[in-house]
Amino acid sequence: MLTILHAATGERMTGNGAIELIAVSKFYGSTQAVKSIDLQIPAGAYCCLIGPSGCGKSTTLRMIAGHEVISEGDLLIGDRNVTELPPVKRGTAMMFQNYALFPHMTCAENVAFGLKMQGVSPSDRKDRAKEMLARVHMEQFADRKPDQLSGGQQQRIALARSLITEPSVLLLDEPLSALDPFLRARMRDELRRLQQELSITFVHVTHAQDEALALSDMVVVMEDGIIRQKGTPHEIFNQPKSRFIANFMGGQNIFKGTVSESGPAGTLLARGPDSFFLPGFAEGKAGEDIEFTIRTDLIGLDETPPEDTKNGQIPVEITTVEYLGLWVRIVATTADGKEITLMKTESEFRQAPVRRLDKFIAYWKPEHAHVLA
Amino acid sequence: MASDTSKRSSYFLITPMALIFAVFLVIPLLTIVVVSFWDYDEYRILPDFIFENYNYLLGSSVTWSIYLNTLKYAALTWVFTLLIGFTVAYFLAFHVRSLTWQIVLFMVCTIPFWTSNIIRMISWIPFLGRNGLLNSALINLGIVDQPLEFLLFSDFAVVLADVHLYALFMVVPIFNSMMRIDRSLIEAARDAGASGFETLKSVIVPMSKPGIAIGSIFVITVVMGDFITVRLMSGGQSASVGLQISNEIGLLQYPAAAASAVVLLITVLLIVTALLRLVDIRKEL
Repeated sequence: MLTILHAATGERMTGNGAIELIAVSKFYGSTQAVKSIDLQIPAGAYCCLIGPSGCGKSTTLRMIAGHEVISEGDLLIGDRNVTELPPVKRGTAMMFQNYALFPHMTCAENVAFGLKMQGVSPSDRKDRAKEMLARVHMEQFADRKPDQLSGGQQQRIALARSLITEPSVLLLDEPLSALDPFLRARMRDELRRLQQELSITFVHVTHAQDEALALSDMVVVMEDGIIRQKGTPHEIFNQPKSRFIANFMGGQNIFKGTVSESGPAGTLLARGPDSFFLPGFAEGKAGEDIEFTIRTDLIGLDETPPEDTKNGQIPVEITTVEYLGLWVRIVATTADGKEITLMKTESEFRQAPVRRLDKFIAYWKPEHAHVLA
Repeated sequence: MASDTSKRSSYFLITPMALIFAVFLVIPLLTIVVVSFWDYDEYRILPDFIFENYNYLLGSSVTWSIYLNTLKYAALTWVFTLLIGFTVAYFLAFHVRSLTWQIVLFMVCTIPFWTSNIIRMISWIPFLGRNGLLNSALINLGIVDQPLEFLLFSDFAVVLADVHLYALFMVVPIFNSMMRIDRSLIEAARDAGASGFETLKSVIVPMSKPGIAIGSIFVITVVMGDFITVRLMSGGQSASVGLQISNEIGLLQYPAAAASAVVLLITVLLIVTALLRLVDIRKEL
């Protein structure tokens, strides 16, 4: 591991932004907001903490930042135990949700604040603040006050301010939630670009699935103070571990069936008159209920579905057709009232248009089924 | 026509306020200004237009020493109320976490205001007097041999009473300013490595400036015009501009009193203007 002394302050700095949470808990009185979580974030990773409000993701971030006391457990950053250390000694920097820019200071002063606190000389401060402002394309606003800037510009200043002390970990608390959708997409690119340029660890709290999927190397889904699943965006999206995660991340239809036959080749489920095959899944016991998911874009509609989808078919009636531009969203309802969502690209839809109240058979290839634990 | 009606109705709407200002502020002030140019003798005031009152007032060395004395009281009271007010407001705003306790402690601060100024002032007398509580206690404890004379009927007593009376005027606006400081700014400062003192210096004090300015205006204007505290607490040994005016009124020298009042008003307005130049209080209003 790389340990260097900071040239100006002589303080011990670690060049390694790996984060490890060991059985970390947070209590507020008798309620437990974070329940003994373990998490390892590799150095230089972009990690998103995602979950519904009140799931403990922000508390976890604030504990890593040192703005919330860790009730129980340990926090390691770059292999140092920093559980008791103040933020600046952790080598972390935080970007706040409302940006928390000092309204009485100019942008340059805001950006240079951390350096001022380190005792860097005014001329050095000025130069380095200028450099950092250039990095976020804000050099022409150096002498403005934050309230003269737009939300996106304020955000860049906040980003520059948190990066000026060269932290090994940057913590972002819902950084994009206050921006309009267009700006959000642009800032997303910018965050990703900065993270790759600086190759430091980013931990980003969000409640937006698209943000987590677009940005992360690693997604951590939290619910009720517990980590429900962690993995790459691809894993989280395609192999959700539970109904909650499948619903929360979206893009999935959840089906339920009772095991009628199970063997090494797979399991056959029965759901009313329909039967579904789960290839490769051998753990089902006869009579047990099993849930599995099929992505909304992997379901087809036809009157005579292909032969290889024999054990992945369900008769439906179309109830909603919604045009979304690139996509058309179709909702189909089964005879017993279960709603299935299908996403078709516009060109696919135009080749085989459907209308409300049309009757079809919805089908999928059995190998596209993902069994929920 | 529609615009005429709306014009008329807006004039109608500002009439009550305008009337109140006219009757209670503008007319009395104009009267004072007018009277300050009149002449007077032992038992009459004579309508006239002379500068004698101002010439006498500004030419007298007594006036200058009285102004100096009043400014001294104002400055000392300002310094102490500011220190106390800032500390109390800081404690209430940043150390008392629950809103209920903030309200309770805030009410505690206002309790002295449930009695009149005069009573609060007079109650210092048995405490600070030659044979008062404080002197007896100090003598009994063997800290001093003789009663401390400077405690009562002195500049010390005047400033003490002023600070006691007006500290709350400083607490309230500063507290108000501090409550508007977003707590995440304090965290952001800490995140950037600022110590508690540095956060105070570079975030809290600058952002409390409007409150400090408003509190300062309250305290300075009140102390500059005060005469009852000076009279009671100095035991008649010190003078202030307010006391001078009050004495002139007692001697029926209304034009002289009016001239003094006009000069005092201008002085105070200059101080307030200077304060407003330093601090932009508009966001606070």
